[in-house]
Amino acid sequence: MMNRRDLLSHSAKLAALLATTGLLPGVAHAAYNAAAFDAKTMADLMKALGAGTPTESKDVSITAPDIAENGAVVPVGASTALAGVRKLAILVEKNPAVLSALFEVTDSVDANMGTRVKMGQSSNVYAVAIMADGRVLYAMKEVKVTLGGCGG
Amino acid sequence: MADPMRIRAQVSGDKATVRVLMSHEMETGLRKDSAGKLIPAWHIQDVTALHNGKVVMTAQWGPSVSKNPFLQFNVRGAKAGDKITITWKDNKGESRTDEATVS
Repeated sequence: MMNRRDLLSHSAKLAALLATTGLLPGVAHAAYNAAAFDAKTMADLMKALGAGTPTESKDVSITAPDIAENGAVVPVGASTALAGVRKLAILVEKNPAVLSALFEVTDSVDANMGTRVKMGQSSNVYAVAIMADGRVLYAMKEVKVTLGGCGG
Repeated sequence: MADPMRIRAQVSGDKATVRVLMSHEMETGLRKDSAGKLIPAWHIQDVTALHNGKVVMTAQWGPSVSKNPFLQFNVRGAKAGDKITITWKDNKGESRTDEATVS
């Protein structure tokens, strides 16, 4: 059982730890958002990113297969034609941590990112666009996995 | 030192499509070895893309990105002869930078 005093001292230690890790890597990088990659649900994730409530939007699109034969390599793409995108995220709902990849987009690149992710089981996959004006838009697609990607 | 990345950047219209294949284990930290012990997480955390020395895209990745990760994006206004530089850094502090010329 953890009491309040322990909790506070733990948080302080954690904060100090995060501060040091944030100072070590290259200056150009934003600190790695460990909280976001630990998030178990969409709501937790949005809290960790400091973003608002996501709404479904037709302007965001997700490309993923209907059926993935091999869950270790599932090609997923997130894109939007809207201007003013700050971040694009790829989420897999039923993975141990929902966030797979978070892209920080500048005006020099299209808001169109493709990568490959691991999926433990059939799940909904989300493409989330965080806009400059604070809106959070997403598109969703169900991907069926016939062979899980996280087993040994 | 990790193996080099394979980077391909091709002009299509007013932009260039960049495709990157990195060589990395991307261990999730959830798998167990034959003795039943957890294999510690080992994955790429940060990816940075530069176009002629200017940062155009950064990414943060979790352990659920596939082994030997693939990445594709489009750089606006890139012309043949431009330089595309990709850097990744993993959670053990290792990093690798590779450069390719847009064709």
